[in-house]
Amino acid sequence: MQNQLMKILQEAKEQLLIASTIIETEEIRVKLLGKKGQLTEILRSMGSMNPEERKDFGKEANTVRAEIEALLEEKFSAMKTLQKADQFSKEKIDVTEPGTKFHLGVKHPITIAIDEISRIFASMGFSIAEGPEVETVFNNFDALNAPQNHPSRDMTDTFYITDNTLLRTQTSPVQARVLMKENPPIKVISPGRCFRVDSPDATHSPMFHQVEGLLVDEGVTMADLKGTLDSFAKQLFGSKVKTKFRPHYFPFTEPSGEMDVSCFKCGGTGCRFCKGSGWIEILGCGMVHPNVLKVGHIDTEKYTGFAFGMGVERIALLKYEIDDIRLLYENDMRFIQQFK
Amino acid sequence: MLVPIEWIKEYIDINVSVEEFCERMIMSGSNIETVEHFGDEIENVVVGKIVDVEKHPDADKLLVTQIDIGEEDLIQIVTGADNIFEGAYVPVILHGGKLPGGKVIKKGKLRGVESNGMLCSPSELGFDDKVIPVPFRDGIWILNGDYALGQDIVEAMGLKNSVVDFEITPNRPDCLSMLGMGREAAATFGGKLKYPETECLKEEGKAKDYIEIEIRKPELCRRYVGRIVTDVTIGPSPLWMQKRLMYAGMRPINNIVDITNYVMLEYGQPIHAFDIRDIADNKIIVDTATEGERFTSLDGTERNLSSSMLMIKDGKRSVGIGGVMGGMNSEIKEDTATILIECANFNGDSIRYTSKKLALRTEASARFEKGIDPNLCEAAADRVCKLIELLGAGTVTKGSVDVYPVKTETYPITVRVDRVKQVLGIELSGKEIETILESLEMRVSRLGDNMKVIPPTIRQDLQEEIDLIEEIARIYGYDKMPMTLPKGNSEAHKSRERVLKDLTRDIMTGMGANEIQTYSFVSPKGVDNVRIEEDSWERNFVRLINPLGEENSVMRTILTPNMMEVLGRNFSRNINKVRAFEIGNTFFKSLEEEDALPEERDSMAIGCYGEGESFFTLKGMLEELFTFLGIQGAIYVPESEYGVYHPGRCARVVHQDTELGILGEVHPDVADKYGIGTRCYCCELAFDQVMKHANTKRFYKPLPKYPAISRDIALLVKEEINVADIENIITEMGGKLLESVALFDVYRGKQVQQGQKSVAFTLTYRAADKTLTDEEVVKVHQKVLDVLKERLDAVLRDM
Repeated sequence: MQNQLMKILQEAKEQLLIASTIIETEEIRVKLLGKKGQLTEILRSMGSMNPEERKDFGKEANTVRAEIEALLEEKFSAMKTLQKADQFSKEKIDVTEPGTKFHLGVKHPITIAIDEISRIFASMGFSIAEGPEVETVFNNFDALNAPQNHPSRDMTDTFYITDNTLLRTQTSPVQARVLMKENPPIKVISPGRCFRVDSPDATHSPMFHQVEGLLVDEGVTMADLKGTLDSFAKQLFGSKVKTKFRPHYFPFTEPSGEMDVSCFKCGGTGCRFCKGSGWIEILGCGMVHPNVLKVGHIDTEKYTGFAFGMGVERIALLKYEIDDIRLLYENDMRFIQQFK
Repeated sequence: MLVPIEWIKEYIDINVSVEEFCERMIMSGSNIETVEHFGDEIENVVVGKIVDVEKHPDADKLLVTQIDIGEEDLIQIVTGADNIFEGAYVPVILHGGKLPGGKVIKKGKLRGVESNGMLCSPSELGFDDKVIPVPFRDGIWILNGDYALGQDIVEAMGLKNSVVDFEITPNRPDCLSMLGMGREAAATFGGKLKYPETECLKEEGKAKDYIEIEIRKPELCRRYVGRIVTDVTIGPSPLWMQKRLMYAGMRPINNIVDITNYVMLEYGQPIHAFDIRDIADNKIIVDTATEGERFTSLDGTERNLSSSMLMIKDGKRSVGIGGVMGGMNSEIKEDTATILIECANFNGDSIRYTSKKLALRTEASARFEKGIDPNLCEAAADRVCKLIELLGAGTVTKGSVDVYPVKTETYPITVRVDRVKQVLGIELSGKEIETILESLEMRVSRLGDNMKVIPPTIRQDLQEEIDLIEEIARIYGYDKMPMTLPKGNSEAHKSRERVLKDLTRDIMTGMGANEIQTYSFVSPKGVDNVRIEEDSWERNFVRLINPLGEENSVMRTILTPNMMEVLGRNFSRNINKVRAFEIGNTFFKSLEEEDALPEERDSMAIGCYGEGESFFTLKGMLEELFTFLGIQGAIYVPESEYGVYHPGRCARVVHQDTELGILGEVHPDVADKYGIGTRCYCCELAFDQVMKHANTKRFYKPLPKYPAISRDIALLVKEEINVADIENIITEMGGKLLESVALFDVYRGKQVQQGQKSVAFTLTYRAADKTLTDEEVVKVHQKVLDVLKERLDAVLRDM
């Protein structure tokens, strides 16, 4: 009997060595340990042994059984590893194939630019104020201290609806509205559409967008204006840009100025974007003219303020290197999708 | 304003490079458009004398010339110009020479005859055609006077010059002159402005013996100065004057015209000269025209005048349109002997009106429009006389006739040192402020911390304290001011509308739609193209008085036509799938009065076409958008009358009895109009209403603790019964236990009778507080089925 046990163990070892699949291994398991397996049979036959014999033999048979089970387990585990490896190799994919397409839409580049500008000013505490696209002549010009004979009032410059209403030429009338409605401190920006009589070409559009800003409070100085706009420029174009303030003229501010930023394309050495000058004009600004504050019945001795305005298209064109403003209003999907 | 550096140096010492000059002028407030450097590129061009001219043997239009350039051998040059003659001094470019623009001239043969260079025209030497004197416009520049042969032309003629084009803002008409810019330079660089000489050495006779002047409209003409010059000899002006005019953008004509233009550029005061022979009764009367009067201006055009136009008249008739253009009947001629020099000051608004009405804009009218100091008249008239004397162009008569009813003066303005600090944020002493203001020719008297400042009358833009603070700021230098941040704290606020629009843009892009932006002004034809009915509200346009064209002549009332145009444009560019949206304003005429502002309403359009798009993808987008905006229970009411859409595939969206918008498959005729050869879908939402109905508040609901029981049912119903009808009954009858009902199939076909459809739903039942038993569900479920049968004749089909 014991020889038989040894033989079974020996055979099991040999067979397991040869077995190359899980099925073959399972067959070996059934043959040995199954209900009618060799070892099972032997163990079953122990019933006819005397107790002494049975005890010794039982011990030995269990050892052999444990050993075979261990061998089987080892074999199964090895087989599974092999099988997985085989599966993995069969399931290999070309990871360089393109991913499944997901299509998120894109906001219009003008919206993206306005959002970015608004976010920067919001971080400096500027709220958003909006107004209508069709405005009164009073809000668009008179309230903003525009001289009666200012050329921008002409029909060759401004679209009129009636003698007293027009398509706003700037978002500044929102400033007039805010000044008439609110008391200082006032700290707003107003993004929106504007209109001027210009035939569309690569650099002109009869409709365009501006973001204007207004701060009125006690103790606001031109130094604050410079500081605020310098910070804005650095946030929008990168911390390395420098700003330059030049005197200019606007009816609604005095002193007035324009802000140039060092060219963010070439870093100021001169390129096609800055026309070789190293500087790019970005916005107009100035200290709010007392006549404008007076429209809102604001005490001009107590309060001072600054205002600024920028063309969104100009910034978008420069930032994204768009060479034709008309692309913005053609709405070709291939154009818009570039701003993902 | 073109300012030749060589010219402005006559009034102010400038000891810096052109680059530095420009940079500092910009920083003190005179912005620069361009700087042009003349003469830099010219090489190997010399003075030559034509000693022989012969016809080219083989070409009718060519001449063969022999040129003496001061060397032993003559140089043979073939030319096509016909204004040359033997003995003329001309600019000659020699073999290998260079012209502006980098053009290199080499010797060669012209029709078989050797040519060793080229005779030059002013244009070839870098001047614009519009400033070249007429005789040289199509020919060679014939030099007037003796030059050393062979001398470098740039040196000989003084052709090296930089010209700065200043951008003059509307508040600074005084800068439209060399003296004006000189004044700016003096303030910028320090130093004193040198005024031109105006005193004649010799004057004969008296002006008032020649002319009498009367101003009948003093509100339109503040001053009229007349001076007389006799024994006038008309001829070309000297090269130095011609060059300055040309560099400053004006064409030299003859000495008298050139002098008046020269002084206009120098002082900013337009000047006119009349032939006194043509002035009837020796009388100048400044008065308005007779209505309907015909008058031929200097340019030879007969013009129809109106009674509000200011005219210069003599004893009998009109002789000039005041401040705009002189008359043909009194112009300077070759044989003019005695002239009246007019230096007058006309009302800007009146000049603007006349110039606009006549569509006649001149250097003079452009300057008068912007406003000129009447105190300039006298100096300018004197300067004209001085130059006439200097050029030997006539004999100046003593004195002037000066009609100046009310002298223009400037009044003192108080400037407070404290206020300067309050506005600029810099601490300037009274002394510093005084120095700056004085550099701009202002008279300053100190009164403690304040000062009284009298600006020169030329600076009509300086009216109040803030005007002077700006002067202080720009001369001090914006770049020298510190940068600080405002002190106050404030939270940025965003309106609810803005928040909702931003959110909507995020949701729409999240669903794959690209945002578009289209013009607010549109063509009135757009509503025709989308089949909007006559007399509809969509046609009640706000119209522009002065549109660019019909295609931009009205304000949009709906966004749909623009959306269709964008879909059409993309389709025509072979873009096979588009999903787009726009949020924008629409405009409606005020019902109150003509001049009231129109009502502006927010609208939103969604449009799509291409693979996978259908009425239901569009509706799905709306439903998801509404979910995010907290709009629950919107219903979709079939609509078959609205022209934009397919009558069987259109619905109005209604929420709480308010219409939020309309959506549908675009009517094939509309799609056709926009050249879209595929089914496309569109939607227009009254976004102002959507925002009113939106609710962004969210409250947590506990997650379900107990299991749900689902029942799938398929119902046979008549074709005309809408899914919504069935869902409404299920929802009603399902009561509290029904958690959801979801359509999963609609089937028409073989197994279903004609005129019927099979509609399948999953009903999910759940209780919040316990596990439902089968019995409980069966009870409710059966009731649902019974009522469906009863009300809709819906028959349960075997699944």
